[in-house]
Amino acid sequence: MSAASPNLPGTPGALAFGAVRLAFGALVVAFLLLPLVAILPLAFTDSVFLTYPMSGPSLRWFETLATSDAWKRSIVNSLIIGSGATVLSTVVGTLAALGLRRELVPFSGVLRSIFLLPMVVPAVVLGVGMQILYARMGLASSYLGVIVAHAVLCVPFVLVNVSGSLASIDPALEKAASSLGAPPTAVFRNVTLPLAMPGILTGAVFAFATSLDEVVITLFVAGPNQTTMARQMFASLRENISPAIAAAAFVIIVLTFALLLVVKGASLFRPQRNKQRPQQT
Amino acid sequence: MPGSAAFIQFENVSKAFGTAKVVDALDLHVGQGEFVSLLGPSGSGKTTLLMMLAGFEAPTGGAIHVDGKRVERLPPYKRDMGVVFQNYALFPHMTVAENIAFPLKMRGVGKAEREARVTRALDLVQLGHLQDRKPAQLSGGQQQRIALSRSIVYEPKVVLMDEPLSALDKQLREHMQLEIRELHRKLGLTVIFVTHDQGEALTMSDRVAVLNRGKIEQLDTPSGLYDRPRTRFVAEFIGETNLLAGTVSARTDGVATVVLANGGSISCAAPDGFAIGSPALVSIRPEMLHLGNDPAVLNALPVTVEDDVYHGDHVRVHLSCQGQRLVAKAGRRDVVLPVGSQAFASFNRDDCTLVAP
Repeated sequence: MSAASPNLPGTPGALAFGAVRLAFGALVVAFLLLPLVAILPLAFTDSVFLTYPMSGPSLRWFETLATSDAWKRSIVNSLIIGSGATVLSTVVGTLAALGLRRELVPFSGVLRSIFLLPMVVPAVVLGVGMQILYARMGLASSYLGVIVAHAVLCVPFVLVNVSGSLASIDPALEKAASSLGAPPTAVFRNVTLPLAMPGILTGAVFAFATSLDEVVITLFVAGPNQTTMARQMFASLRENISPAIAAAAFVIIVLTFALLLVVKGASLFRPQRNKQRPQQT
Repeated sequence: MPGSAAFIQFENVSKAFGTAKVVDALDLHVGQGEFVSLLGPSGSGKTTLLMMLAGFEAPTGGAIHVDGKRVERLPPYKRDMGVVFQNYALFPHMTVAENIAFPLKMRGVGKAEREARVTRALDLVQLGHLQDRKPAQLSGGQQQRIALSRSIVYEPKVVLMDEPLSALDKQLREHMQLEIRELHRKLGLTVIFVTHDQGEALTMSDRVAVLNRGKIEQLDTPSGLYDRPRTRFVAEFIGETNLLAGTVSARTDGVATVVLANGGSISCAAPDGFAIGSPALVSIRPEMLHLGNDPAVLNALPVTVEDDVYHGDHVRVHLSCQGQRLVAKAGRRDVVLPVGSQAFASFNRDDCTLVAP
């Protein structure tokens, strides 16, 4: 054991490596979280400017959100459009994931790529395209139009999540159900769907969050009546940089986190404890 | 061999994946209430055969009858067979009781009767106290017993088991072998059991089908397979054997004289076939070889002791007989000859058999 083995636990080499790893991890986390730390406290400022130093704490900007017609309207719009887009994209994305699961459809690889395209195509391109299309179809400046546009963006998130949870289902489970007398619809209802549910819920949360902060496409396809929170923030950023934006951001983040907690909480109550009790046979 | 009428019939069944023939024009008849094992190395087609019977694979040729009906076009859920999978395949999101109730629910059995039958099925495997647990909270052996009771609770025509014990440790495996055997006897189940473990096949089955390259090499009782292997593959696959090459020089009913390639002649029990002049292999199990100094007994081979290996309950003696290596198993009461000594390895006419080379 005279040769240097830097990765043995307890040796100076291992400790140094561990410290570097920890520092790097902390840096990445800081990089991700610092912007939030910078903006969020300003939601509670009593000043009319979105700048530091804060002169004193106050909830006046949340009051603005709740009382100003434009902001109230935008919150309601965001909820309507977000819910619609979530339901639509979750249904479409889940069906797509099921259809593409076994690669039985010809060109399923190509199809999957097409479904994932909205993740990579620049939002501006999609937005312009949709604007032209919607003008022809008479969908411009309608709730349905914005919901469909958002759903297009959300489908990839649902598809990826549901595909992931479908892939983790042991095929023997569905075979077992079938051998036990379950026709295909019963196998789907009793086995496939419940086991895919965590992925479907996670996909739905991603979809809602995506819709909530979508700006670019909304700018192209939404009329003044469909102004969402994100768009309202964008608009007021150009006019006057008021701390109401920070308050709105706070609301969006809290909403997203709450949803995430609900989904994670739901999956926590499912007993996934694989460590069994003392073996007794 | 209970139930002689063919309850399950494979007639000329083939299965090819692309150009690879996994099952090749195979015939197999299984009687009602019989416990038949499909034994073979991986790739021999045993699991494919089971999957065709369960309905997860369609044969590319031939017919499968169960209880007088052709089944190869029926989907799995209409076949009324219980399948026990290698990894148990318990539904992780259902409790033990819900798992066992599932096939009853699919058959429209009412709630009260369902509960009664679940309780009975759980009692059968002595796990009634675990009915509200989730599968992940059970040990491997418990999960296996739940899977077993789920596959018999609806009294299927046949229970198919695909290497159900391979994930368990040795002690538990042997315990479960006895338990499955007992359930089979108590309930009169017809069982098709796939395994690559010859010990398991020999201890559990009424009959064993040894598969090799998509064909059945031999279908026989465990003792038939061990004592009278028909082919070289079976002789070598089941247990351990010494094979001596030679030519049949004389034969009467049931007995053949074989002149060995390296000199000497042997009198040997012989099945039909093996006409005079045909090449044959004499198969002698290691425990049938006795070491001694008397060259006058029947079937005595001159040998040199090369090595003794102690195995606790027996000693393996490695021998060389004119350049060919042989193995003998000596019991603890047998005389152990020192390494390097000359001796004669002898065996009875009925303790060896002829197999095709």
